[in-house]
Amino acid sequence: MSFLRPTAQEQFGRLYFRPGAQNLMAVGIRTVDLRKVYNSPPPMAAGTGFGPRGNAKGSKQPKGQVAALDGLALEVTPGEIFGLLGPNGAGKSTTVGVLTTRVRPTSGEAWIGDYDVWKQQVAVKRLIGVVPQRPNLDFSLTAHEILAFHGAYFGQGSKERSQRSAALLEKFKLTDRANQMVRGFSGGMMQRLSIARAMMHDPQVLFLDEPSAGLDPQTRILLWEIIREYNQAGRTVLLTTHNMEEADALCQRLAIVDHGRVIAKGTPLELKASIPGGYLLRLRFGKQPELLLQRLQSLNGVREVRSADGAGTDVYADRGGSLIPEIASLAATSGAELNDVHISEPSLENLFLHHTGRSLRD
Amino acid sequence: MNWKTFGALLARDAHVARRNGFQLILQTFLQPLMFVFIFGRVMVQSGYMPQQYKSLLLPGIMAISMIFTGVWAVAMPVIAEFQFTKEIEDRLLAPIENSWLAVEKIIAGMVQALIAGLVVIPLAWLLLRPVELDINPLGFAAVTLLVALFSAAGGLALGCSVNQQHIGLMFSMVLTPMIFFGCTYYPWSALKSFPILQKVVLINPLVYASEGLRATLVPKFPHLSNIAVFVALLFFDLLLVFIGLRRFESKSVS
Repeated sequence: MSFLRPTAQEQFGRLYFRPGAQNLMAVGIRTVDLRKVYNSPPPMAAGTGFGPRGNAKGSKQPKGQVAALDGLALEVTPGEIFGLLGPNGAGKSTTVGVLTTRVRPTSGEAWIGDYDVWKQQVAVKRLIGVVPQRPNLDFSLTAHEILAFHGAYFGQGSKERSQRSAALLEKFKLTDRANQMVRGFSGGMMQRLSIARAMMHDPQVLFLDEPSAGLDPQTRILLWEIIREYNQAGRTVLLTTHNMEEADALCQRLAIVDHGRVIAKGTPLELKASIPGGYLLRLRFGKQPELLLQRLQSLNGVREVRSADGAGTDVYADRGGSLIPEIASLAATSGAELNDVHISEPSLENLFLHHTGRSLRD
Repeated sequence: MNWKTFGALLARDAHVARRNGFQLILQTFLQPLMFVFIFGRVMVQSGYMPQQYKSLLLPGIMAISMIFTGVWAVAMPVIAEFQFTKEIEDRLLAPIENSWLAVEKIIAGMVQALIAGLVVIPLAWLLLRPVELDINPLGFAAVTLLVALFSAAGGLALGCSVNQQHIGLMFSMVLTPMIFFGCTYYPWSALKSFPILQKVVLINPLVYASEGLRATLVPKFPHLSNIAVFVALLFFDLLLVFIGLRRFESKSVS
């Protein structure tokens, strides 16, 4: 055995497994018709970017009220890595807030395992670990003290605290900073320490709100590795992201969230397969006569043509580059000039665009 | 209730207070000691104030130190931790009801207020010698505890109600008038030639703190009756604990 690479469970056995019945069964997450209406602009902790969206057309809220969640329903299977994907202000952070006892829902239910989050808060707090969107580290303490006190809040003895703290600092490459105040830490270091802190009490369910924001690519990969290992030790992970690559690489299942609702869910593969054709060609013409759009629709392999106001046209199709010559000649015969072409392969970005008409980066 | 978690929260605050010890000492004692020195020593020795003013002044200075320390020790961290750094969130996620975190803050503030009050006595005594004290130990202990509780609970209520931008305003609009109209530098009976003011200042809890300490430290000076002091301090304690917990609860969840 010894010459084999240790499995995740062996490697992290000491860090993640404590004797106790709780480890036997992973814990799931469920929300039912979750609604949250803010009477004033939501606090930073609940996400950003709500600004003008509250006045979107069709909104029934009186002025000043912002509906962050609008009947959100989720079901996260015990032991999976689940991703909430959506643009800023979609309601991802508010969902995490509700599930982690930080944001009181206006109506609806939120469950962690068998516990109703808003009726059995203390039991829920024991099960969860939370990495917030903005680091909220205790500025009066050193890195080691932050982990040690966090362990103490969860009833760990002093020996256990120092062992776990040392192991986590090592894992997140912060050992040489253990005894420094976190005030002087860089954004990436704070983020890593936040994640280490959330893992300190070995929670059954780990919430990560935009975990890789502000991390350099190398650290991001280290983080993904750590999240996967944590999950393999039987823990449930819920993360939010607006990064396609991250959702695709890390999550076993995803829910795409927009305007406080789930607009699509499934495995990354299923979701990508649901995009008509798979390829997306974003075209820009000098002007676009109606006739041209109809002709585009009739090209071989084109599944759907959508034209936004102005000169942009989105073509969903089974093939990508090979369509371009045909499109160019169609445009020429229709008297429209083809100014710009962008081809993207099947991706979650396209999926989001398909469902919402907006890019994730908008 | 989860005592291990509660103990760990207290340990965290004690640890941070120890780390900032020097700063805390300067913050707590510099101002009252300068005041004691100028009014109790310079003014008295030069004959502008009578000798007995020293004994009258001591309870007032002690009340100011306790109130200032208790309010500061709770309000400032609460304001910063909630609004700017959000660092309180980690403790709000500890496995204990949120209101116990508020109770922990009050207890930590009380301990600091008690230390501040009790250290002022020997320091002032050294500076003012000779000063005549006639301490009623039981009454004194009860009053200091009530005053410590009201300062810490008041700090919690203020800290949960004040925005970071308004900290300066909090001190100039709330604490400064409280101190000057709190019968700290003069006994309440000295206001008898200002009958309206004498009634109005009764809404100021600091009045009962100074008068209560005066009654239990230097009873030979005129002071409010012990019953009035206890009833009023108890009333303000309950009121501020209630408001503080309510405000904290609503602030801790969005």
